[in-house]
Amino acid sequence: MSKYTEDDLREELKTKEYEYGFYTDLKSETFPIGLNEDIVRAISKKKEEPEWMTEWRLEAFKAWKEMAEPEWANVHYKKPDFQAIAYYSAPVAVDPNKTLDDVDPDLLAMYKKLGISVDEQKKMNNIAMDIVVDSVSVATTFKKTLGEKGIIFMSISEAIKEHPELVKKYLGTVVPQKDNFYAALNSAVFSDGSFCYIPKGVRCPMELSTYFRINQAGTGQFERTLVIADEGSYVSYLEGCTAPSRDENQLHAAVVELIALDDAEIKYSTVQNWYPGNAEGKGGVYNFVTKRGLCETNAKISWTQVETGSAVTWKYPSCVLKGDNSVGEFYSIAVTNNYQQADTGTKMIHLGKNTKSTIISKGISAGKSQNSYRGLVQISSRADNARNFSQCDSLLMGNECGAHTFPYIEAKNKSAQIEHEATTSKIGEDQIFYCNQRGIDTEKAIALIVNGFSKEVLNKLPMEFAVEAQKLLEISLEGSVG
Amino acid sequence: MLEIKDLHASVEGKGILRGINLEVKAGEVHAIMGPNGSGKSTLASVIAGKEEYEVDKGQILLDGEDIEELAAEERAHKGVFLSFQYPVEIPGVSVTNFMKTAINETRKAKGLEDMPAKDMLKMIREKSELLEIDRKFLSRSLNEGFSGGEKKRNEIFQMAMLEPKLAILDETDSGLDIDALRIVANGVNKLKNKDNAVIVITHYQRLLDHIVPDFVHVLYNGRIVKSGTKELAHELEEKGYDWIKEEVGA
Repeated sequence: MSKYTEDDLREELKTKEYEYGFYTDLKSETFPIGLNEDIVRAISKKKEEPEWMTEWRLEAFKAWKEMAEPEWANVHYKKPDFQAIAYYSAPVAVDPNKTLDDVDPDLLAMYKKLGISVDEQKKMNNIAMDIVVDSVSVATTFKKTLGEKGIIFMSISEAIKEHPELVKKYLGTVVPQKDNFYAALNSAVFSDGSFCYIPKGVRCPMELSTYFRINQAGTGQFERTLVIADEGSYVSYLEGCTAPSRDENQLHAAVVELIALDDAEIKYSTVQNWYPGNAEGKGGVYNFVTKRGLCETNAKISWTQVETGSAVTWKYPSCVLKGDNSVGEFYSIAVTNNYQQADTGTKMIHLGKNTKSTIISKGISAGKSQNSYRGLVQISSRADNARNFSQCDSLLMGNECGAHTFPYIEAKNKSAQIEHEATTSKIGEDQIFYCNQRGIDTEKAIALIVNGFSKEVLNKLPMEFAVEAQKLLEISLEGSVG
Repeated sequence: MLEIKDLHASVEGKGILRGINLEVKAGEVHAIMGPNGSGKSTLASVIAGKEEYEVDKGQILLDGEDIEELAAEERAHKGVFLSFQYPVEIPGVSVTNFMKTAINETRKAKGLEDMPAKDMLKMIREKSELLEIDRKFLSRSLNEGFSGGEKKRNEIFQMAMLEPKLAILDETDSGLDIDALRIVANGVNKLKNKDNAVIVITHYQRLLDHIVPDFVHVLYNGRIVKSGTKELAHELEEKGYDWIKEEVGA
């Protein structure tokens, strides 16, 4: 019988390349490679930062020099040479006082290729967007509309100048400069990122979004995001990311800090699609990211992530449940194909009484990839009646990939209730044949099965993102059935 | 409608079907019976186009067209339906979503637009009423946690939705109590018409009390060794398969 065989599928996969792998020839100003105190000072100067900010960076740099790159994660890669990277690169046409009409036409053409039409953004009614290319924020939309509600949404460089009191008060309070190797590096050299403040009692009327793009070769991207939801406020925040296809490994070391004050709620969704490397495992982004949120009394933080890109991912969006009755949630889909490696999960730190956390992690491994869930549930001695529910499901395709689960539980309070469930399954040929027999071809069958597997998490994404995420899952897994 | 000529098939190099000849015309119901291991389920899988089965010799013609080169989904698009002996589970995919996908993929293959949601819902309502299916059932994940009876009823529901030309029911009666058997058989009878055909694969006669066949074939050792009318099924029920084995051996 002539069949669509696995080999046919593989062949097709080879021809389906990473859609966002193009490079745009933008005029850029890039700092010389290497990292030392002068570079840190130069970045700070370039951004016209106040002295306290320069000092803050230098403090981080000093700490970083003494730190070693972590090795406990279940990933193997050639460590980046931190002296071979340029720490600042910016498209020159960017004017800090820009309006969309002033933006470099090449940049606009690039957004279009990425499927982001900034002009369209003006008309679309429910997403405000900040776009970061290489090291700087190049466009922020809807500033005015948001401003009427007192919402501040701008690049962090602008915020340092325009709202120093807020930045100074909160920066580094959730992820301290010395938190870990990559966070320290980021604190020293971060060049831009997004800042958002929602005033007391305000419900942000639209989704806020940041789109990250690494464009230049030989540069690292170190963005910093700070979201503050004041008492009783609500915000939903989305981030997306892509990079050109390159043979070299590019470093992305971001820090995201969320602060949810009393009764506030932050929903933070990520669709991460950095370049994963080619089918032979060459190139791809190293994605070493620290994301953490702090919940005060009755506050809630939800992390939702769809991770399909990057050659190596090291990422644990976490919640510190400091206030009583606060709630932390983590919903994750991590897909690895070919030679990708992901070590991702969360930390739920229960400090307050009656705190609750939920972890739903769905790992999908294909090709020769390795996919690990690593999670910590920590209940402190004064966290009475804390509750956690964790569910970690793994789906395997083929015989050469790996799925691993590393759950850590530390409970110091007897009233804690902790549940952990884990399953591992494989897409079976029987499932595929069943679908085929109903007229559904193999590619579509895999998409159906994977979407079914991921449904609980996909349902947590805002509508516009859910559709994109579903497509992304299908593309990432094309040709991966075994 | 279906014509099978001297069909030989093997799985992993092991010959299972050794020269099957069978003709099924529109409007007919054929029963295929036989002892365990005689090749009944293999025949069903080969007609449906399961990849692991290799056709070594012979032909399978559907409306005169040789379908051997077609993939399973292409055969499905041409109206071949298999009710599985062991329907698989697909967690997180509702019965409704699965059917929607199946119907629209088939329409796509025929160059048609997706079925409008309104029509789809109407069809689901009609077919579920026809088969006495509680509609809550349709939002559950496909076959996940279904009882044996629910799984089989779901298979017949899918048959009703896809309106196949040729339906093959592989051991649809296994694992069913008498009430479930009656509901499933009634469903099949309601779907039966002069333009479609049904092949019932079964071990026992009891399903054939409800779905009355025009022809009964006995499969043994990869060949159809005896064909007859429904009386043959009664004879088998009474005497077992040993006399057939002896007859063939002789």
